[in-house]
Amino acid sequence: MVWLDLLLNALAAGILLGGFYAAVSLGIALAFGLLDIVNIAHPVFVMLGSYVAYGMNARFGFDPILTGLLFTPVFYALGVLLYRVYYVSFERKGAESLRGLVFFFGVLFIVEVSLLLAFGVDYRMVEARYIGETFQIGPVGIAFRLLVPCVVGVALTGALYLFLSRTFYGRAIQAVAQDSFALRLMGANPFRVKGIAFGLAIATAALAGALLIMIGPVEPAMNREYIGRVFAVAVLGGMGSIGGTLVAAIIVGVAESLTSTFYGPSWGVAVSFGVLLLALAVRPSGLFGR
Amino acid sequence: MRRNRSRTRAWAVVSLLIGALFASSAWPGAASAADPIKIGFGMALTGGLAANGKAALIAMQLWEADVNKKGGLLGRPVQLVYYDDQTKGATVPGIYTKLLDVDKVHFVVSGYGTNLIAPAMPIVMERKLVFPALFGLANNEKHNYSGYFQIMPAGPRPAIDWTGTYLEVAARQTPKPQTLALVGADAEYPHNALAGIRENAKRLGFKVVYDSTYPPNTVDFTPIVRVIKAQNPDVVFVASYPPDSAGMVLAAHEVGLQPKMFGGGMVGLQFAALLTKLGPKLNGIVNYDFWVPEPTLKFSGIEDFLKRYQAQAEKAGVDPLGHYLPPWAYAYLQVLGQAIEGTKSLDQQKVADYVRTQEHDTIVGKVKFGANGEWATSRVLQVQFQGIETTDIAQFHKAGKRVVVWPEQYKSGKLIYPYSSAMK
Repeated sequence: MVWLDLLLNALAAGILLGGFYAAVSLGIALAFGLLDIVNIAHPVFVMLGSYVAYGMNARFGFDPILTGLLFTPVFYALGVLLYRVYYVSFERKGAESLRGLVFFFGVLFIVEVSLLLAFGVDYRMVEARYIGETFQIGPVGIAFRLLVPCVVGVALTGALYLFLSRTFYGRAIQAVAQDSFALRLMGANPFRVKGIAFGLAIATAALAGALLIMIGPVEPAMNREYIGRVFAVAVLGGMGSIGGTLVAAIIVGVAESLTSTFYGPSWGVAVSFGVLLLALAVRPSGLFGR
Repeated sequence: MRRNRSRTRAWAVVSLLIGALFASSAWPGAASAADPIKIGFGMALTGGLAANGKAALIAMQLWEADVNKKGGLLGRPVQLVYYDDQTKGATVPGIYTKLLDVDKVHFVVSGYGTNLIAPAMPIVMERKLVFPALFGLANNEKHNYSGYFQIMPAGPRPAIDWTGTYLEVAARQTPKPQTLALVGADAEYPHNALAGIRENAKRLGFKVVYDSTYPPNTVDFTPIVRVIKAQNPDVVFVASYPPDSAGMVLAAHEVGLQPKMFGGGMVGLQFAALLTKLGPKLNGIVNYDFWVPEPTLKFSGIEDFLKRYQAQAEKAGVDPLGHYLPPWAYAYLQVLGQAIEGTKSLDQQKVADYVRTQEHDTIVGKVKFGANGEWATSRVLQVQFQGIETTDIAQFHKAGKRVVVWPEQYKSGKLIYPYSSAMK
């Protein structure tokens, strides 16, 4: 009976964790999966989102989710601007592969150091009434601190999925990933379309950051811990597949949670990366990749 | 007349030359008296330990200012020479080589933390330097170097004494708790702490029912806490770093983990950043500490120091309370300063001998080192969070919220046992 309780709770915890991982990885799925831009600075924008949520919470008492939503347009504009710099400096010249990677490394350090200067090096957390509260469904305990990020992560995935499949610009983004020349023949400007897509990728970081600081304390250098995990989720889901990102995130979350419960937490990350390797061996383009 | 005048001029020139000669011969002495005594170190000013490293630096600069205000050491001003070690052990050998060979510092002290002290040890040992160190756990255990002095009061057997006090407190309860769960991060400090507590568990007759580590980038601690709860241990010992400590406390509340004692080795529960966010969720936790504002620990100079530190801390974005590391960063320089004054010398061997043989008066109390450079007797405190009702920082400046329950000498209140009674 105890074993069953543990199993059910581990599954629930894994799904909740997966929803959060999806929110953090969506930006990578868009930028890396659809636009082929290796934005390794994405986790630092998530951290920026965390600090914005912290600042608004500490100063005005704003709920972190509300802050995340409010700052989504700001992050979008930041993403569009960043893509312009990247395009003019690298992509247009065909030097995006290695130099582009170095560029995003530079962005990562600049944002990280800016956060250090602005907020200092201390750990930061937010306060919200639901943090620390739980409710029970039978033997399964659900913590709001993990439920809220999961719900927001799933909602964000759904919204992005609908945008990409039902709107003109969404379809244009998918088209630019396949053949930007053909898109140009259809009268659309690939540079503009890519700018919108990259802006959306960075905009997701505003919300993901708010979710991250809700789960636990953050400090500026913490972003590097997420680089491997978010790329793993995006690759496992299938490059550019938004729905696949959510499924992959839940697989990673559940794998970590089950391993942690039944085999010891030390193996959690190793098993989730093992799942990635195994999946890629069977399906090299990821679970839902074309 | 003209001849006399030229003779006078000649004498004046000769006198000036002789004066200049004396002045120049006297100059090197005068210059060396005014030359600062340089103390060099690497410090974590960026990277994972920067929050503590920056706080320590503020404390060290306060000591520098205080000493210079009083006329310096041996009549010479003191100058701190430091570099950012970026919380990376790999940078440390280069920093200390530069300090010694390029900056020509007279003394070196360590940066903050076990992982950053270890890479400096071979250099200081090779050059036979006195080496006051700041918060490293068992760094000298294998070297047994006579110039090493650790200001953290872990005691003569640091890995064992550090954790022993937590189980000593548990073992004195009636009826004595029997089972123990151990959990910690996969990193240097938690590994040492867990190794120590395993030995203590054997010594005090506890049965270990759960013993596991987790990767440092763990996000969700609820599965770990649930498994611990399923084992129903009497005592839970956690060796964690700040983000994990917060995660563990939150998860314990969410899962409803209520052993008879909970805590032990959680780093971060000494800092305002976590104290003010976790607030009442901390009630009942028994955790290690080194100084808290309890009446039994009011040493001379500590309150004045904290007032001055706190005035600078907020601006620097570091721990606004400063109870954990800053007093000790000030104290390890106090020890070095007292040894230089006591020996009236800059000789490494003499200074090291003085540090080892004398008792030192510091803002963290009297410090006496043992043969291996650790404190002669452990002064690791076990404090219990009691009566916390809000997340307001002001309450942590006062006594009564982090009550010292061990050791007897510094006890400031009674342990509320079991944990569930203190949670209310």
